[in-house]
Amino acid sequence: MTREGWIRLSVVLAFCVAVEALCRFGAIPHTVFIAPSEMVISMLDILRSGELNADILFTLRNVLFSSAIAVGLGFALGALIHSLPRARGAVEPLLASYYSIPTFMFYPVFIVVFGVGSQAIIAIAVLLSIVAMIASTLTGLDRIPSVLRKTARIFRMSPLARAVLIDLPAASPYLFTGVKLSFAYAFIGVIASEFILSGAGIGYSIAYAYNNFNNQRMYGLMLLVIIVATAANTALDTIDRRLQARLRR
Amino acid sequence: MIRAEDAPTTRFIPADTQVHARLTGVTHVYGAGPSGARLHALGPIDLDLKRGEFFAVVGPSGCGKSTLLDVLAGLAKPTDGEVTFEGHRVRGVPDGVGMVFQEDAAFSWLTVRDNVSFGLRRAGLEAAETARRVDYAIGFMGLRDFAHAYPAQLSGGMRQRVCIARTLVLQPRLILLDEPFGALDQQTRLLMGDELLRLWRETKATVMLITHALDEAAMLSDRVGVMSARPGVFIDFVETDWPRARDSRIVSDLRFGAITARLWDKLRIESLKSMGTTA
Amino acid sequence: MAMKRFGDFLILLVALLALWQGLYAIAGETTITSPIATFAHLGQLMRTEQFWGHVTETGWAFAMAVMISLVGGIGLGTLLGLNRTSGVISEPILIALYSLPKVTLYPVVLLCFGLGISAKVAFGAMHGLIPVAIFTMKAIMQIKPVYLRTAQVLRLSPRQVALTIALPAVLPEVLVGARLGFSLSLLGVLIGEMFASKRGLGFLITNAMGLGDIATIMSVAVFLSIFAVAANALLLLIDRAIPR
Repeated sequence: MTREGWIRLSVVLAFCVAVEALCRFGAIPHTVFIAPSEMVISMLDILRSGELNADILFTLRNVLFSSAIAVGLGFALGALIHSLPRARGAVEPLLASYYSIPTFMFYPVFIVVFGVGSQAIIAIAVLLSIVAMIASTLTGLDRIPSVLRKTARIFRMSPLARAVLIDLPAASPYLFTGVKLSFAYAFIGVIASEFILSGAGIGYSIAYAYNNFNNQRMYGLMLLVIIVATAANTALDTIDRRLQARLRR
Repeated sequence: MIRAEDAPTTRFIPADTQVHARLTGVTHVYGAGPSGARLHALGPIDLDLKRGEFFAVVGPSGCGKSTLLDVLAGLAKPTDGEVTFEGHRVRGVPDGVGMVFQEDAAFSWLTVRDNVSFGLRRAGLEAAETARRVDYAIGFMGLRDFAHAYPAQLSGGMRQRVCIARTLVLQPRLILLDEPFGALDQQTRLLMGDELLRLWRETKATVMLITHALDEAAMLSDRVGVMSARPGVFIDFVETDWPRARDSRIVSDLRFGAITARLWDKLRIESLKSMGTTA
Repeated sequence: MAMKRFGDFLILLVALLALWQGLYAIAGETTITSPIATFAHLGQLMRTEQFWGHVTETGWAFAMAVMISLVGGIGLGTLLGLNRTSGVISEPILIALYSLPKVTLYPVVLLCFGLGISAKVAFGAMHGLIPVAIFTMKAIMQIKPVYLRTAQVLRLSPRQVALTIALPAVLPEVLVGARLGFSLSLLGVLIGEMFASKRGLGFLITNAMGLGDIATIMSVAVFLSIFAVAANALLLLIDRAIPR
C-alpha cells in the first residue's frame, strides 16, 4: 500500500476510535447512535443467525439483475444512438438533464404497475442507472481514435469485423467505467426502493428495525450495507483503473 | 565526409521503370455538395509513381499532402481525375497497399506479437505461414525482445516500429507513409529513416513518404515532389540519384546540401503563403 | 442549424408523449393516466392552496439543502484540494461516500434531527455536498502548475492569485459539480419526504399511492420533471456563458 493509503487507513481508524470513545463516554446518547464495536457485533450476529438471509439474498439478486439489465440495455441503446447522429442530437439534451429529474418519484407508478415486489424495484433501479451506461457508451465510441478507423479501412475490414475487433476493445475502458457507475447507481436504487416501500430486502429490514426502535439491528444492517457497497465499488474501481492504465494511451 | 571505402559501389538504376500508380488530373474538394463550405484542398495533381521507387512529398502545412495519400490509397474519392494502381482504377482500398500513419495506431489491447499478426489472421493465412511471417517481421524491426509487451509499455519509436511491422507482414507492394516519424525526436527519426530504407530494399516495394522535414526527404528518397500551398499542386520534382544501398550518413555527400537548398528554395515561398504572409 | 436541432428535439418530445399515450392505451386507466388527463389533473391541483403548501415545504428544504451543499462542498473541496497529500488521501473516501446508498443513513439523521424540515435539509445536503466537494477538490488539484509559476513571476499577491487565476481556472469544473449537487439535493429531499414526512411533494406522492390516486402521482411527477429540466437548462446556460 502506498504512503497515502496508510495515512488514509489511519484517518478512518482514528475516526472510528473517536466515535467509539464518544459513545462509550456518553457524549452521544445510546438512543441515537450505538458504538462502532456494538455495530460490528450486531452485524456478525445477524450474519451468524441467518435470520435475515432471505432479505440479504433478495437485495443482492435485485442489485445484480438491475446492473446487468442496465449495462446490457444501456450499451445497446448507446451504440444505437451513436450510429444515428440526428437522433443523438435530439436525445443528448435530454440525457444531460436526465439526472436532474428525480426519477425516483416514479417508483410509486411502478408499484402500481408491477405490485410490491422485485420487478418494481428492478425497474426503478434500471431507470436510475441506465443513463450512466448510455453516456459512457457514447463517450467510449466517440473516443476511439480516428487513426484506428483508418487502419481498419486499410486492412479492408467489414463494418462488423471493425466493430468487434477494434471499436469494442478500444472503447472498453470507458465502457467499464459505465459498468462501474451502473452498479453503484443500481445498488443505490435498490436500497432506496426497499426502504421506501417494500416487504423484503435489506432496505426494508433497516426501515422495519427503525420503526420498531431496534437500534442494534438497524445499525448492524447499516454497517453491512456500507461494507458491501464500499467493497464492491472499490473492487470495480480498482479494475477500472487497471484497465485504463493498460489500455489508454 | 565520405571515406573511399564507404563509397557506394552501385548506383540505383530501376530495372523496371513501369508505372506502379498514376494520378491524372486528380483534385479533391471537401464539402463538394450543394450546401456547405467548399474547400479546394488538392490538385490538380498529375503523378506517375515508378515501380520500386522511393518517392517523398514535401509541402507547407495544409497543402493537402495527407489528402493526396488518402486518395492514392482509396480512402478518399477524388472529386475529379483518375487514380490507377497496377493498371486498375482505384475503388476503395486495393489489395497490396499498406499505410503507416503519424498518430499511434498500435492496438493498445494487444501485445506486440498480436498486433503484428492482426492483418494476417484476418487474411485467413494458414497458421504456420502466419507465424513465419510474423517472426520475420518482428525480427526485422528489432522487436524480438518486446514481442509480448503491450504498446503502452513501449516508447513512441518502438510503437511506430510495431505499426510498420504490422504493415510489413502483409507484403504490400505499395507502402504509404503519412509523416510517420513526426511525433519522434530527431535522433530517433534518423534511425527510423535507416530502418525504412532497409525495409524498402528488402521488400522491393514502392514507397511514398509524406514528410515536412526537408532533410528527411532529401536523404531517404530517389525523387522528391515539392507541393505548393493549398490547393496543393506539384511545382517541382527533384531527382537525388542516390545509390540504393544508402543510409542516414548520406548527409555527408556533397550534393546533400544542394538538394536540400533547392527544396527549401521552392518551399520557402509556399510556406510563407500558407502562413498568410509574403516574402 | 440550431432550428433544425430544436426541431429534432420537438419531434423527440412528441414521440415521448406518443409513447406515453401508447402505454396508457395498453396498461389501462387504473395503472397510469393519459397525458391529457395528467396535465388536466395537474392544472386542478395547481389551483388548490394545499398543493402550493406542499410545494413551499419542499422548496424551502431544497433551497437550504442546495445552499449548504454549495457552501459546504466548495469549502470542503477547497480545503482538501489545496494540499496535494490531503487531496490524494480524501479522494477515495469521498468517492466511497458518493457511491454509498445514503438512504441507509437516513434513520441516523432522523434520530439526530427528529421529524421535521431540518431532517429533510440534512438529507438533501448529504446527497448534494459530496459531488460538489469532489469536483471542487479535483479542480483545485488540477490547476496547471504553469499557471501558478506565471503568477509567481508576475509577483501577484495571494488574493490576486485566488481571484484572477485560481477561481476562473476551477470555475467550469465547480459548476459541473454544482449542477450535479443541485439535482442530487432535490433527490435527497424528495426521498426523505417519501419516507418520513407528513408534508411536501414527496409525501404527496406516497400518500397518493396509498390512496390509489394515480392521477396525483403522475401529476406531481410531471410537475417536478418540468421544474428539474427547466432549472437544469438554466444552469447549463450559465455554464455556457463562462469562457473556457
